[in-house]
Amino acid sequence: MTTDIPETFAPPPPGTHPPLDYPDYRSTALRHPNHDPLVLDPGKLDPTELSGPVFGEGSVSEADADLTSGPEGEAVGQRIVVTGRLLDGTGHPIASSLVEMWQANASGRYFHVGDQWPGTLDPNFTGAGRCLTDAEGRYRFVTIRPGAYPWGNHPNAWRPAHIHFSLFGRSFTQRLVTQMYFPDDPLFFQDPMYQSIPDPQARDALVARYDHDVTVPSWALGYRFDMVLRGPQRTAFEVPRG
Amino acid sequence: MADESLVHTASQTVGPFLHIALADPRARYAVEPNFPGAVVVRGTVTDGAGDPLADALIETWQIDGLFARCPTDADGTFEIHTRKPPPVATLDDTPQAPHLSVSVFARGLLDRVVTRIYFGDEAAANAADPTLAMVGPDRRRCLVAEPDADGGYRFDIRLQGDDESVFFSI
Repeated sequence: MTTDIPETFAPPPPGTHPPLDYPDYRSTALRHPNHDPLVLDPGKLDPTELSGPVFGEGSVSEADADLTSGPEGEAVGQRIVVTGRLLDGTGHPIASSLVEMWQANASGRYFHVGDQWPGTLDPNFTGAGRCLTDAEGRYRFVTIRPGAYPWGNHPNAWRPAHIHFSLFGRSFTQRLVTQMYFPDDPLFFQDPMYQSIPDPQARDALVARYDHDVTVPSWALGYRFDMVLRGPQRTAFEVPRG
Repeated sequence: MADESLVHTASQTVGPFLHIALADPRARYAVEPNFPGAVVVRGTVTDGAGDPLADALIETWQIDGLFARCPTDADGTFEIHTRKPPPVATLDDTPQAPHLSVSVFARGLLDRVVTRIYFGDEAAANAADPTLAMVGPDRRRCLVAEPDADGGYRFDIRLQGDDESVFFSI
C-alpha cells in the first residue's frame, strides 16, 4: 500500500546553505568532511529525525529576552529591538519554538574568555538571550546593537556586526544556527561567512530590515528579521505488508 | 506546496563563542546520572589533522523525547547523560536498532553535520539495521558507540580524514 506521510521536510533550494568546504573561511580547511553525506530513501527516514525537542514555558523567562539590564545597571550602546517571525518553508508560523541568540557588545567584544581583542568589555552586557515564539511564530528581543570586531582569517579581517540565532523549529531536520546582519554594512565585501552563501537572495535574507514601526519612540531603534526553516512536504512510498 | 516567494534562512557557523548561549552545564543531562538505566556517552571531536576541537557543540535527540547538548572542552571531549532509546521503525516499517540522532556544530563548520550514535552491545539489532547496512563494514564502526571501562560508551567524532565519521544528509 502507499501511505502519505505529511511530516517529512523539504530541503531548501540549492545555494541556500554554504558549502562546508569554503577556503576563504580558513577554519573550514581541516573541519569539512571529505566524504559525501549519506542520503536515506524517503521510506527509510527515521521518525526520530522528523520529531524534535519541545521546550515549555518553564524553560524561558520574560527577562531572558531583554539583554540590556545588567547587575550594575544598563548596558552601554545603541538600544535596539529585534523582532520577526519564525516560519516554515510553506509560510506557516512555527509557534512555541525556542529561539536562542548571542552576540558581541557595542564595542564588538564578546563576554567570553576566548575573546581577547582590545575592545571594551561591558559588565552589564553578557550578550545571550532566549525566548519562545508566540502563536503567530513571533519572537522579540531587546538588546544593544553589536559592534564589528577584528579576527585573524585574513589581513585586516573584520566581522560585520551580527547576532547569532539558534533555532529548533518542530523537528530535528529543521534545526538551524544562523547569523543576522545589519543593513548597509560596509564590511560584507570581505566577510567569508556572509559571502559563503551561494544564492544572493539567501545572502540578502540574512540582513535585517530597519522598520520604523518596530522602533519605540524615545527609546529604541527597530529591526525586523524573519527566519524560514524547512517546510513539511508529503512523500509517498510503498509500505510492504507481509 | 512550497511558497516560492519565501527565501529559506541560510546556515552560518556557531563561531568560537557559542558558549555564551548554548553551554548550560545542566544541558548534558537528559537524565540524572543516578536515573535507572542512565548511560553516559563520552567522546572526542577531532579535525583532519587529528587535533581536538575546543569549540564544538554536540546535541543528541532520541525518539523518547530526550534532548541533550554538551560543548567540547579544551581537550575536544564531550559527555552526554541519557538512556538508551527504545527501537523505532523507519517510515516504511523497517525495524531499526536503538540510536541517538546527533548534530555537530563548531567554529569552521558553516552548517551542522548530522550523525547517529548506535550502541555496540546491540549486535543483533545493529546487524539488522537498514542504515548501518548502507554503510560499508570499514566505516560502520564510526556510527557505533562501544562500551568503555567506566560502564559508559565511547563515541568519537572525526570531521575529516582517513577515519572520518559517517554523516547524513537529512
